Amino acid sequence: MAQVHLRNVVKKYGPLEVVHAINLDIADGEFVVLVGPSGCGKSTTLRMVAGLEAISGGDVQIGGRVVNDLPPRDRNISMVFQNYALYPHMTVRENLGFSLHIAKHSQADIDKAVNEAADILSLTPLLDRKPGALSGGQRQRVAMGRAIVRDPEVFLFDEPLSNLDAKLRTQMRVEIKKLHQKLGSTIIYVTHDQIEAMTLADRIVIMRDGHIEQVGTPLEVFENPINTFVATFIGSPPMNLLDGVVKDGQIEFADGTRLPVPPGYFTDEGQAITFGVRADNIMPVGHALPRGEHMAEVEMTVDLTEPLGTETLLFAVLAGTEVQAKMLNPRPVHRGERMTFQIMLDKCHLFDAETGDTQKK
Amino acid sequence: MKRLKLPQWLVLLLPAIIILSAVVLIPLVLSLYSSFTSYRLTRPDSIFNWVGLFNYEKAITDAKFWAAFGRTVLLLTVALNLEMLLGLGIAIMVSKVTRGQRLLRTMMMFPMMFSPILVGFQFKFIFNDNVGLVNNALQSLGITDTAIPWLVDGNLAMFSIIFAEVWTSTSVFGILILAGLYAIPRDPLEAAKVDGCTALQSFRYVTLPFLMPFIYIAMAIRSLDVARAYDIVQIMTNGGPARRTELLWTLIGRTGYVDARMGYANAMGYISIFLAIFFTVYFFKKLTKSRQELGMGM
Ligand SMILES: Nc1ncnc2c1ncn2[C@@H]1O[C@H](COP(=O)(O)OP(=O)(O)OP(=O)(O)O)[C@@H](O)[C@H]1O
Ligand SMILES: [Mg+2]
Repeated sequence: MAQVHLRNVVKKYGPLEVVHAINLDIADGEFVVLVGPSGCGKSTTLRMVAGLEAISGGDVQIGGRVVNDLPPRDRNISMVFQNYALYPHMTVRENLGFSLHIAKHSQADIDKAVNEAADILSLTPLLDRKPGALSGGQRQRVAMGRAIVRDPEVFLFDEPLSNLDAKLRTQMRVEIKKLHQKLGSTIIYVTHDQIEAMTLADRIVIMRDGHIEQVGTPLEVFENPINTFVATFIGSPPMNLLDGVVKDGQIEFADGTRLPVPPGYFTDEGQAITFGVRADNIMPVGHALPRGEHMAEVEMTVDLTEPLGTETLLFAVLAGTEVQAKMLNPRPVHRGERMTFQIMLDKCHLFDAETGDTQKK
Repeated sequence: MKRLKLPQWLVLLLPAIIILSAVVLIPLVLSLYSSFTSYRLTRPDSIFNWVGLFNYEKAITDAKFWAAFGRTVLLLTVALNLEMLLGLGIAIMVSKVTRGQRLLRTMMMFPMMFSPILVGFQFKFIFNDNVGLVNNALQSLGITDTAIPWLVDGNLAMFSIIFAEVWTSTSVFGILILAGLYAIPRDPLEAAKVDGCTALQSFRYVTLPFLMPFIYIAMAIRSLDVARAYDIVQIMTNGGPARRTELLWTLIGRTGYVDARMGYANAMGYISIFLAIFFTVYFFKKLTKSRQELGMGM
């Protein structure tokens, strides 16, 4: 059993604190993705779990055991590094079997484990090559194979796909997901790519500046972002945010445009708020999903279009702010065209303008 | 009269050709030629006295020559290995130091800043049996009350020479290995930690393979150095006592300039050069191989 618990974990570099007392509970077999912008402390957190970075405060538990003072080799983990970190002087076979060799397993055992891993990752024809003679994707697979061979309780991945091209990345993403289903081990996976996070995770952990902002399933964080940071970080294109004020129980924007308060959100009269709507929920009339229960309409002028085939992204301006909208069954739209858009209020969000926190009831 | 017309490329290369001939080619040819003569510095016309392979035969059957040859190989082997081990140790310690590392690095270079002649004089004094530092220290500490003949006893003299050699040149290894340590990527070392390596195993399986090219470069440089060793030995013992510390080049120098038998000295020199060439080729082969191991190509 390998749950992982972080209890008030702090990381300081000298006087500089880069991870601030974070708490996280990861269940056995769970696939958790740490995501956040560059420099937010994802790698640092992962490396503290791995034992490659000393813990300045709090506890890290793996499988119910506090591991703060254990070296990596005693934590029963494997790690896949961003730059693969293969041993350049060893063949693929030796790379894969190295940890078992160190653990003094018999040669027969090592061969068996190596062949098995090579089989899973289609590395068999490459076993006698050195890493220098492999492509990026192949090296990546060797790095994963090396992690698998150890048969650890917890896998740690630090942006393993970031050096691959887009196509290979999509392919490897599927491979990793399959691997998780097959092995059923606990995985902590770091990325700054929210699409990777959404597609892979059982639960996503969104970090910013050394804090955890929100933890939840991909749908939870997508549908109920806890603040404007999460709202704009998760989802592509990012959620449109518009600043306004609550007036007469309605939201009034700078140019006087008014919208009803989305259902399920509380407001105080006169409060400065931020209204959030995703492109999927603001569509031109006639090119939208069927009308829902709570709808509103606004007129906007289209500035720019991005045809994607099945849909077109429209860039328009609402109350002085650029807004991205989506057009289904697209027709050609010319620049400066004025269109009426319908907004699905049930799917819209309200945040406090000052703190950025959600106003959900 | 028609002017002699040289091709343009030859004209352009002529200065280089002239300089190279003057400083390399002519001395080389001359010394090679003289090794087939009974050339003596005291009788210049003897340079025309062709003796064929006589000098070479004489060298090959000369026990003194082979003793010097063997001693040079011994010095090379012992000094290089000692310097490598010590240099490795120093480099690792310096790389672990967090404060004042620059200062330490500079201090590491100090022994290299002195002329070998001075180092020779220094150690000649240090190991002197009457006024030397070592004996005085040993006597003051009461470890011994006799004057140990450091430079007079054959074995001790060889030891003293190796000591001086190691003192001067360990830093060559230290600096190069330190450069190697800095060049090691961090990732494979961390991967090794995760893969279960202890510090010692990480060193053995990851650090050392990365250092090998640097060690071989140092070996190649130093093997050339030691194979032509002359100055320190000349100063400290002058090849003595009773030729017990005679190396190839002290022997050759003595034969050529003291005994004035230049033809014979040149013949020995040409044989000796093979020693240097052998070690250099050997270490460069090793270097190439260790780089290939690391996937660095040539
Ligand atoms: N050795 C160090 N000394 C001082 N500060 C450090 C050190 N290592 C990392 N930091 C700081 O800690 C913070 C978190 O770094 P970390 O590597 O965890 O970011 P990250 O979330 O992984 O970013 P990225 O997506 O770019 O990899 C950064 O602000 C970084 O500058
Ligand atoms: Mg990182």
